[in-house]
Amino acid sequence: MESILQFFFTYKEAIFIIALSVFLGIEVISNVPSVLHTPLMSGANAISGVIIIGGIILVGHADASHLSLELGLGVLAVIFGTLNVVGGFVVTDRMLEMFKKKKK
Amino acid sequence: MNEIIGTLNGVPFTLGETLLELSYLLAALMFVFGLKLLSHPETARRGNLWAAAGMLLGMLTTLLLHKTDSGNAIPMANVWIILAAIGVGSVVGWVVALKIKMTAMPQLVSLYNATGGAASMLVALLEFPNADMSNKGSVLVTLLGMIIGAVAFSGSMVAYGKLDGKVGDIRSGLMKYVNMLLLIVTFGLAAWMLFSNQTPANLNWAIYLLMVLSLLYGVLFVMPIGGADMPVVISLLNSFTGIAAAMAGFIYHNQAMILGGILVGAAGTILTVLMCRAMNRSLLNVIIGAFGGGTSSTATEQGEMKEMTLSDAAILMSYSQSVVIVPGYGLAVAQAQHACHELDTLLSNKGVNVRYAIHPVAGRMPGHMNVLLAEADVPYGQLVEMDAINPDMPNTDVVVVIGANDVVNPAAITDPGSPIAGMPIIRAFESKNIIVMKRGRGKGYAGIENELFFGEKTHLLFGNAKDTLQKLVMEIKSL
Repeated sequence: MESILQFFFTYKEAIFIIALSVFLGIEVISNVPSVLHTPLMSGANAISGVIIIGGIILVGHADASHLSLELGLGVLAVIFGTLNVVGGFVVTDRMLEMFKKKKK
Repeated sequence: MNEIIGTLNGVPFTLGETLLELSYLLAALMFVFGLKLLSHPETARRGNLWAAAGMLLGMLTTLLLHKTDSGNAIPMANVWIILAAIGVGSVVGWVVALKIKMTAMPQLVSLYNATGGAASMLVALLEFPNADMSNKGSVLVTLLGMIIGAVAFSGSMVAYGKLDGKVGDIRSGLMKYVNMLLLIVTFGLAAWMLFSNQTPANLNWAIYLLMVLSLLYGVLFVMPIGGADMPVVISLLNSFTGIAAAMAGFIYHNQAMILGGILVGAAGTILTVLMCRAMNRSLLNVIIGAFGGGTSSTATEQGEMKEMTLSDAAILMSYSQSVVIVPGYGLAVAQAQHACHELDTLLSNKGVNVRYAIHPVAGRMPGHMNVLLAEADVPYGQLVEMDAINPDMPNTDVVVVIGANDVVNPAAITDPGSPIAGMPIIRAFESKNIIVMKRGRGKGYAGIENELFFGEKTHLLFGNAKDTLQKLVMEIKSL
């Protein structure tokens, strides 16, 4: 119990953000027409690549003077994160471009 | 950037730190704004670019302004390594995204989701040795981040394999219990690690074991799910990746990661729930997999399926006033979207009112049919959602069902014992004539007979949807 309260106090700002972003996420998405389900999912998928920031920090802290498992896996994390971000946004853009063309 | 511009609770902070936090705030706002724009057809493309710009901003400022524990900027050598890794990821991601065929889109979205999950898993795995074991909360988020990331990774890889036709469905009654057991063991191990009061170094074996267990669970969790449930699973895994990223945000006290991750998690969950509702099933029901293997309560005499000739079909359609096309997964498999559009233009030019009826879970990805038909240049004013088209069904002369099955099965309404009972369907059976294009006499994904195919008003055209459509187009042209 004590550790839960301790956790809450340490992370109180973050917990506020979580509580509010859940509602924000729901609010922003509701009423989306089914035409956009795929691009929306794909775009959201790209946003979840925000883990790339974690990857950058991780490798930023790593000891780069010699090869280590930590460095190797960290680099892998950055590559994976970038794939998610870049691939996700480009694919979404391609899908939406197709929709746009039809509107003329 | 290193000049101290003030103090907070006695701790001095620099200009660089302040700018970094400011950029995270800006990035988070851009994510929200982008997602908002993404949910309207006119602004969707701009929304995507906003979100991408937010991401670029966050990445750049982290690289330039982030301080290591010793208070120094990221060393140059590390910056180069990071840039190289980003370079590799960008080029591969970009090229694949541009080269991929539109019909392979569900696979690709799944694949990119897997990479996001893998990144979260690795970050949590590598941060575990630095965890302060006395702070249970931060250990908990690290462990959760790794578990969820790993499940999203291996689960999405299996989903990718399935969509690409490389992996089949494996279902058995036993699997349910194996999965349950595995889940208990995984969380049991995590809980033990949390309360064991050992140093992270002593728990090194356990974190790797935890990773293996989570990866295994992801595989077994997606393995039995297939067919019509794929859109739900993909959307669910997508929200997992978001939550995993948010957990990692906790580790770094990084608000942009927390907000971005949770935003995606919440949005993904809502999308999942919407789709479950469209099938009138609960999420638990989808995960445990009630489809297939169930007893078929409708073993009644169904009568004969009546075939028709192409020229009859051509005449029937050409002299109709209104035609509704119901596309399904079979259309995607046969890549028949272009042939289908050719048919609809031809009929439209003859003055026939042609529309498409889109069931929310048709295909293998949320909105799959919309993307597919958009690729073939079908104007999206012609795509009508299920609820909007159903009232028009009795006045429709011909419904053409192309590679769809369960979404037009009247058993959902008439037979309370059917596995799909209560699922909203496109009420094709109310129209005046029904033409069904089918590959064979097989059943749909749910493994149940479709009485629509045996109905008085129904005629079938067997064969590959693309071939059939092309021949039909020729017939209509020669009329």
